[in-house]
Amino acid sequence: MKKRQKNRLTATFLSRSENEALSRVLVAGFLMDLRVSVETLSDVKTAVSEAVTNAIVHGYRQEEGQVRLDLLLFEDGCLRVTVTDRGCGISDVARAREPFFTTDAEHERTGMGFPIMESFMDRVRIHSRVGHGTRVRMEKQLLP
Amino acid sequence: MEPEMKWEDETLTVYLRGELDHHNTCRLREAIDGAMRRLLPRCVVLDLSQTAFCDSAALGLILGRVREARRLGASLTLENVPPAVRRILDLAGGAEFFQNGTGGKRT
Repeated sequence: MKKRQKNRLTATFLSRSENEALSRVLVAGFLMDLRVSVETLSDVKTAVSEAVTNAIVHGYRQEEGQVRLDLLLFEDGCLRVTVTDRGCGISDVARAREPFFTTDAEHERTGMGFPIMESFMDRVRIHSRVGHGTRVRMEKQLLP
Repeated sequence: MEPEMKWEDETLTVYLRGELDHHNTCRLREAIDGAMRRLLPRCVVLDLSQTAFCDSAALGLILGRVREARRLGASLTLENVPPAVRRILDLAGGAEFFQNGTGGKRT
């Protein structure tokens, strides 16, 4: 059965690092009327920040591109976040998901982006094609 | 974002205020490393009481400063660690990391 949608928001912004904060403000604003705990909101903001930072840092590297953030809230209190870029893509998604794996240790990347998303959200799906981009879809049940 | 710092009794205290994401940590890294190299402190304290947000970039900042402090012969301690920062440190095994001779005072 298809779940009923309660609200949705789509935003597209440039792959500039100051937009990491913007993405967190967007998700916090989107959930403003929902009575979610401070911890839950913090988890969602952190996961969104990780996915958006990945798109900016790894997807586009130094190039300018567009990052798309889709927020979808279902009637049953489930939030779906999709972060899409048209950057370089990930050649080995399974490896990218491993804790501490990073392609860029030089800039003190920790390789903890995907593990944090997986730990803070209920489900994380990654779809990526080299040369075409990456889509990260995360879901979390916000209300009991 | 320039961090507020205090220099007293050979101890450099850095107050990490606000949102520690990838955008903000780049500048913080340079400022903290610059001060550590200039002052050569015996102890470095990162005070996280006013940290409003952190993600894996904050983790990279903290672990990187632990390494740099060690390289300069200083010990590094975290103070007033908020629950959100603690969770991310724990995920990366950072809590264990801090108990091995680098101070590791956790409040």
